[in-house]
Amino acid sequence: MKALRATAIAFLVLVALASIFASFVAPAHYAYQFRELPDAGPSHQHLLGTDDLGRDRFARVLYGTRVSLLLAPTAALISSLLALIIGGIAGFVGGWVERIVMAATDLFLSMPWLFLLLTVRAMLPLNTAPILSVVITFALLGCLGWAGAARVICTDARTKRLADFVLLARASGHSGIRLLWRHLMPNLKPVVLAQFWISIPVFILAEANLGMLGLGVAEPLPSWGSLLRELQSYPAVSGQPWLFAPLLLFVMVVGSFHFVLRTEESVL
Amino acid sequence: MKKPFLVLSVILLALVPRPAACQSELKFVLHSEPKTFNPLLVEDDSSESIRYLTGGVLLRVNRLTQEVTPELATHWKISRDGRTIDFDLRKDVRFSDGTPFSSDDVAYTMTQLMDPAVHSPTGDAFRSGDGQVLVKTAGTDHVQVTFPAPIAGLERLFDQVAIMSAKSSQKEMAVLGPYYVAENKAGAYLVLKRNPYYWKHDPSGRQLPYIDSVRLDIVQSQDTELLRLVRGDIHFINSLNPEYFQKLTSQNPGMAHDAGVSLDSEQIWFNQVARAPIPDYKKQWFRSTNFRRAISEAINRQDLARVAFRGYAHPAIGPISPANKFWFNARLHAHPFDQKSSLRRLSQDGFVLKDGVLRDREQHPVEFSVITNAGNKYRESMATMIQQDLADIGIKLNVVTLDFPSLIERITKDFNYEACLLGLINNELDPNSQMNLWLSSSENHQWNPMQKTPETEWEAQMDKLMHEQASTLDENQRKKYFDEVQQIVWEQEPFIYLVNRDALSAVSPAIQNVQPAVLRPQVYWNIEQLTLAPQIAEKR
Repeated sequence: MKALRATAIAFLVLVALASIFASFVAPAHYAYQFRELPDAGPSHQHLLGTDDLGRDRFARVLYGTRVSLLLAPTAALISSLLALIIGGIAGFVGGWVERIVMAATDLFLSMPWLFLLLTVRAMLPLNTAPILSVVITFALLGCLGWAGAARVICTDARTKRLADFVLLARASGHSGIRLLWRHLMPNLKPVVLAQFWISIPVFILAEANLGMLGLGVAEPLPSWGSLLRELQSYPAVSGQPWLFAPLLLFVMVVGSFHFVLRTEESVL
Repeated sequence: MKKPFLVLSVILLALVPRPAACQSELKFVLHSEPKTFNPLLVEDDSSESIRYLTGGVLLRVNRLTQEVTPELATHWKISRDGRTIDFDLRKDVRFSDGTPFSSDDVAYTMTQLMDPAVHSPTGDAFRSGDGQVLVKTAGTDHVQVTFPAPIAGLERLFDQVAIMSAKSSQKEMAVLGPYYVAENKAGAYLVLKRNPYYWKHDPSGRQLPYIDSVRLDIVQSQDTELLRLVRGDIHFINSLNPEYFQKLTSQNPGMAHDAGVSLDSEQIWFNQVARAPIPDYKKQWFRSTNFRRAISEAINRQDLARVAFRGYAHPAIGPISPANKFWFNARLHAHPFDQKSSLRRLSQDGFVLKDGVLRDREQHPVEFSVITNAGNKYRESMATMIQQDLADIGIKLNVVTLDFPSLIERITKDFNYEACLLGLINNELDPNSQMNLWLSSSENHQWNPMQKTPETEWEAQMDKLMHEQASTLDENQRKKYFDEVQQIVWEQEPFIYLVNRDALSAVSPAIQNVQPAVLRPQVYWNIEQLTLAPQIAEKR
């Protein structure tokens, strides 16, 4: 089990390093169009071939991984923190506060967030740089993704509020913020961490979904979403197995995250 | 002993069920359910297909020669003032339910078509001015239609007018075309059966159409459609995108048909609206002919056609595609890809390229955005390629993909955009169909719509020429006027035309007499002449 966990972590580190140092590893810039070689198969020059505009697919996978792999954890951090604050306080206070906050959370969960994302994207200034539009997209994903996690954290906080160690702390004269900050929050750490790890692949998938709609990362910046779009049509993929490389990487990264998470949970 | 055996054999043979006579069925796919069977209310592609297959028209534009040919009208004559058209009607014609066809049906159809309460999109093309449309019948086989104002290219408009029965109890379901709707399973399929009273016969006297029925399955996905074609479940795909066509060419070359350049175009334009919420210096760039032409020369159209459309497109020349045989101005040629010339033009307007960045006189770096509709792979690819072309002359282009409603909002209401890349799907050959595009007062004059008076001399000239061509009945004179319009558009480039797509289709070898055309419906425009290869038809 430990060996597998170590392998998963090593794989994630390797992928992260390769994407961070993409400018050294990639044979060409992700945006450069080799127009004489559109849709080329794998070769020494282009390890994963080229896309329909002749751009080196290996370079695009590396840069796309950088975008998705760096920003998805950031979005996950935002959503986990929001979930901790909202769910933690609701569970700790209990009573009508908890009922109102959870009702609001349910309402938030039922909102069609995709349309909100589309609206915000449509309202962005047109000359927003691609990288900024990506950051905004992920920040929005983070701000919108807290509700599910908040429910879980609230339930855990409610349980812990009635636990012996909290009763003991109360008996010792701790109350309010101090009780929350010193005794409850540290004990919510495992569940918050679990929510954080779970959120990362969810946000990667969310960006991929937006990318599939053509509303993800702006051209020419690549992301996993825009790379997975290549798999949308039957003619594009039939007889070209190398097109599945981004999907394979995506599955392996998400799988590794889940594996690390599972072992993390069992350790905790 | 022999006689009873013979009798028994005859009885047994009579009892054995015999296969029914082989019925040929043509199968293809509609991408959505038809919204209406009323031919006057057709707006969507699927309803248009049903109208084409079932509707009988007075005159038909031959999709191959692009000439008007007689159908239910044997002769027609347009008056000198261009307001009146007289038709002599074919005799002994019946609707699919057996009701006789007469001039009353034409009068009824025209009255319905022009009735404002009906809101017929087909009728819009006939609304030439204020006033009533007068329809007079003389006997059962003559009808005269008078419009309040002259309509240039009038006879071609009748290609879209399917005649309805004034008397039939089946109303719009009684038709004069080669097929009638026999079965409609909402959202799943339609079956059209041969019209038993169809008036056309082949030279040997056999009643047309040759194929007994047409089955139209409703399938949204083009992936599924292609798979079904390759599997032999359907007989053709009317219009294919270049990616699918390329795949088909490599796997089943016999099925792929490229009818050549189509009427459809892709273009980019700059926002020239005075009240648009964009910086003044950018408005100044966009209103400069030199700037627009420089951008045009910096775009490699050959590459767009070769890479984005996989070679199944041609560099566009102007507003009219070479596929439009009569109206295309053959003196024009595609703008060359010449970045040096582009920089020369820009320098005439005070732009300077320094350290890889192009700056205007006031040192603003040249950067603008182009919007296009999200999900259209070809437009996104073109925009990305143009991005690289313009980067070579120091211009930063930001590509923004928007959902369609947001895009339309920007280009038609708040004008909050800088450049837009979209396409024009063109079904009409006559330039009158483009009046709403070229008149400066029009809502669809996209680079600067709804001008009270033309803001530039060349737009005033275009207005004048468009009005003149619309009020002239001599086709050659109209052509001269419209050639001038094309020349102005070519010089001023309010629209920077990029490519004309090819008309691509896929046809099973089982169908015979297919002659794919660039005009819609590309494959089945001569539906009554199509046959299925006997052995394959039988197998199906």
